[in-house]
Amino acid sequence: MDLQWMAWTLPTAIFFGTILSLLIGMAVWEYVSPGGNPRVGVLRFETTRGDRLFISLLGSGFINLAWLGLIGPNLWWALALSVVYAIGVFRLV
Amino acid sequence: MEKTWNNKAWFMVLPMLVLVAFSAVIPLMTVVNYSVQDTFGNNVFFWAGTAWFEEILHSDRFWQAMGRNLVFSGIILAIEVPLGIFIALNMPKKGWGVPVCLVTMALPLLIPWNVVGTIWQVFGRIDIGLLGYTLHQLGIDYNYVQNPFDAWVTVILMDVWHWTSLVVLLCYAGLVSIPDAYYQAAKIDGASRWAIFRYIQLPKMNRVLLIAVLLRFMDSFMIYTEPFVVTGGGPGNSTTFLSIDLVKIAIGQFDLGPAAAMSIIYFLIILLLSWVFYTVMTNVDAGK
Repeated sequence: MDLQWMAWTLPTAIFFGTILSLLIGMAVWEYVSPGGNPRVGVLRFETTRGDRLFISLLGSGFINLAWLGLIGPNLWWALALSVVYAIGVFRLV
Repeated sequence: MEKTWNNKAWFMVLPMLVLVAFSAVIPLMTVVNYSVQDTFGNNVFFWAGTAWFEEILHSDRFWQAMGRNLVFSGIILAIEVPLGIFIALNMPKKGWGVPVCLVTMALPLLIPWNVVGTIWQVFGRIDIGLLGYTLHQLGIDYNYVQNPFDAWVTVILMDVWHWTSLVVLLCYAGLVSIPDAYYQAAKIDGASRWAIFRYIQLPKMNRVLLIAVLLRFMDSFMIYTEPFVVTGGGPGNSTTFLSIDLVKIAIGQFDLGPAAAMSIIYFLIILLLSWVFYTVMTNVDAGK
């Protein structure tokens, strides 16, 4: 299958590969421990694991954009901050 | 008793997943790929990294279009929601007036965007349009082609004309679902018209109102066709909203990289707002 038209690059392939592995990981987690572990966290409404992943990914997108807009193009620190944020979301939200 | 979990039903969503992959996920992945590259055509791409994102985030043009879009959405919500509630409250609940009102209200919703744009473009013209000509004859200096304020008034009026019906129909659906017993109880208690609205009708319309606000916000935030047909984004850039600017960059200038970066930022903002609205809606519902 020729995917030339999609203009793939290695970094974007790694990016989507990571998202795909996260989704597969979530599916495996759901299989091992079904129900999505719903709970009420600091946001004061019920969230499942899937919600927490969504909040983490969306927030990471904004963290990276804010870093790019306010600080500079070195996004490794933004990535580190996103990981810290995601851990926080999974523990507290 | 332990609850039985069976996730096999998820396989039933596979066809939809394939459909969404072809119509949304694969195009979105392509946009992400474009956003980090530059091209001069012929499907030849050069790595650009995060340069386009930086360019968009530091561009006044983008933030101005975003500001105009937010102001536009704010204004039309501030007009359409109260107006929609007011009309819905005054629509007949029984008799021959019901179908007449419902069909009249549904008519603007059935007209395609570009036709609505054309109607208002002609309607507002000072030489042949009924609105423009009448205002001109009354001595009011109205010209949406040259005056940014008039262009805004025209675009807002057009949106109100086109979409208030949606809010009306949603609110009306909420209102007719209120059982008569509520009104009878209010009458016995001697409740005022305002009290009936505040404590019976408004809480019952809560959910449909949230849906109306969500739909109108999303629609107005991605508005393209109507202002494009009426003003083409002008005069100057005064009615250039995000989607109009995006199309100008992507198709007008053929700058696929910056357009893709702008699409992703635009997409993230819409995703965030949709999630906030969705969360509020589902939690309001769960709270009942």
